[in-house]
Amino acid sequence: MSLTRIYGLFLRHFYLITRSFPRILDLVYWPSIQITLWGFISNFFATHTTYYNNAVGVILTCAILYDFLFRTSIGFNMLFLEEIWSRNFTNLFIAPMRIGEILTSLVITALIRSLIGLVPAILLTSPLFGISILDLGIYLFFLFLSLYIFGITLGILVSSGLLRFGPSFENIAWSTMFLLAPFGCIYYPIETLPEIFQKIAYVLPLVYIFEEARNILINQTVNIENVYYAFMWNAFYFSLSIALFYYSFNAAKNKGTLINMGE
Amino acid sequence: MKNLIEVQNIKKNYGKKEAVKGISFNVEEDEILGLLGPNGSGKTTTIGMLLGLLKPTSGQIFINNLKLEENRIQILEMINFISPYIELPKKLTVKQNLYVYSKLYKVQNIKERIEYLSEKLRIGELLSSITGELSSGQKNRVSLAKALVNEPKVLLLDEPTASLDPEVGDFIRTFLEDYKKEKKISILLASHNMNEVTRLCKSVLMMKNGEIIDQGKPEDLIAKHGRTNLEEVFLKLSRSTNEFN
Repeated sequence: MSLTRIYGLFLRHFYLITRSFPRILDLVYWPSIQITLWGFISNFFATHTTYYNNAVGVILTCAILYDFLFRTSIGFNMLFLEEIWSRNFTNLFIAPMRIGEILTSLVITALIRSLIGLVPAILLTSPLFGISILDLGIYLFFLFLSLYIFGITLGILVSSGLLRFGPSFENIAWSTMFLLAPFGCIYYPIETLPEIFQKIAYVLPLVYIFEEARNILINQTVNIENVYYAFMWNAFYFSLSIALFYYSFNAAKNKGTLINMGE
Repeated sequence: MKNLIEVQNIKKNYGKKEAVKGISFNVEEDEILGLLGPNGSGKTTTIGMLLGLLKPTSGQIFINNLKLEENRIQILEMINFISPYIELPKKLTVKQNLYVYSKLYKVQNIKERIEYLSEKLRIGELLSSITGELSSGQKNRVSLAKALVNEPKVLLLDEPTASLDPEVGDFIRTFLEDYKKEKKISILLASHNMNEVTRLCKSVLMMKNGEIIDQGKPEDLIAKHGRTNLEEVFLKLSRSTNEFN
């Protein structure tokens, strides 16, 4: 692994973001709008239902966590798609970069992109709704880390599809999160799902993360098992995504996708 | 002379379609080899295999005596490529692009290297410009600067002067001649510009339907086929079983 090359690819995206005010605005705008909307919904439910009345910030906190996951996953895909759209893809893959270096650089850049959007959104919640996500305490870090790993995992899986099938896979890049969201139990307990869907939900890390966030905020207790299961499933899917990326890279070299990607 | 590129009986199949049918050739140090052929003849596939973007179905490629399959990263450090079909990130300035690629190629003394290339390729005044806002000729020179940023031993050029006006085209050709002479590099040049190939290349390969159908020095091929220039040779060979006949 070469830190110089990882830094070089990071710089390419850093320059791109910092050179363009609309890009920065785009990163900040959507999370802020999303959080504001869910803030008002959260306030409404907190005053009109018994489930949430002891924890007004539950929906909003889950919305922030979900948005972080969404931004991380989409952010990773965007970095990959940027190379295809700018017809720079071939230049990147003929540079002496190892796959691990490309992934590491994109993983770091995706985190920074997500934080650029998330931090202003989190800062908005306190003055607007009197809620602080920091109420989750030290476990907030573990939940964020878990979501970050899963977001990156989804990003790598979609990028594998882009490598293997080319730009025609782009639409899938935008829809992955929407497919998984119902099974993630972001805004409702897992018991809400039909039994067959519950079985699917239990093999995803998302349900453990959001169940635990609600558990901490509503019951004021910590179930460390949820955190453990989230990391366990994350480790499984992350390893799977890396293996699939390498497989797709080799398949793309056989099929010729790498050389035709920019055309 | 040492062979910097050695291609040994490489084939590339896409399913049942044979894109390249077992070709072999060498490119010596300080040599420009022309790769000619009509569209779909297998030139791009061959270049793709040399760059490690495509895996040959069979056969072997050696760059500077290293087997490509086993030394991909080491070989990519000493090779580079330009093509009108690929571009540098449009939103970055020229200097940012050159800096980023210098980092990717782990270039030492980046500032000096960029200054050297800026002077040689006359892009000094463009360094602060947005890459996407440059003219075709300017973009071409910037792409060439990127391709030389790692001081490659092997340079692969796919239509390096396509869509350029005669003056810029001539500037690029003169630059390539001088640079090759100075650095003793090997260049594989795929081009449809026969005057360019005649001027730059010591020898040429004529490809058609994935095969090498003829090869030799431009003047020898012209004499062998009883034509007055390389373009006529190209037309004769490519029309022999061409769909436009």
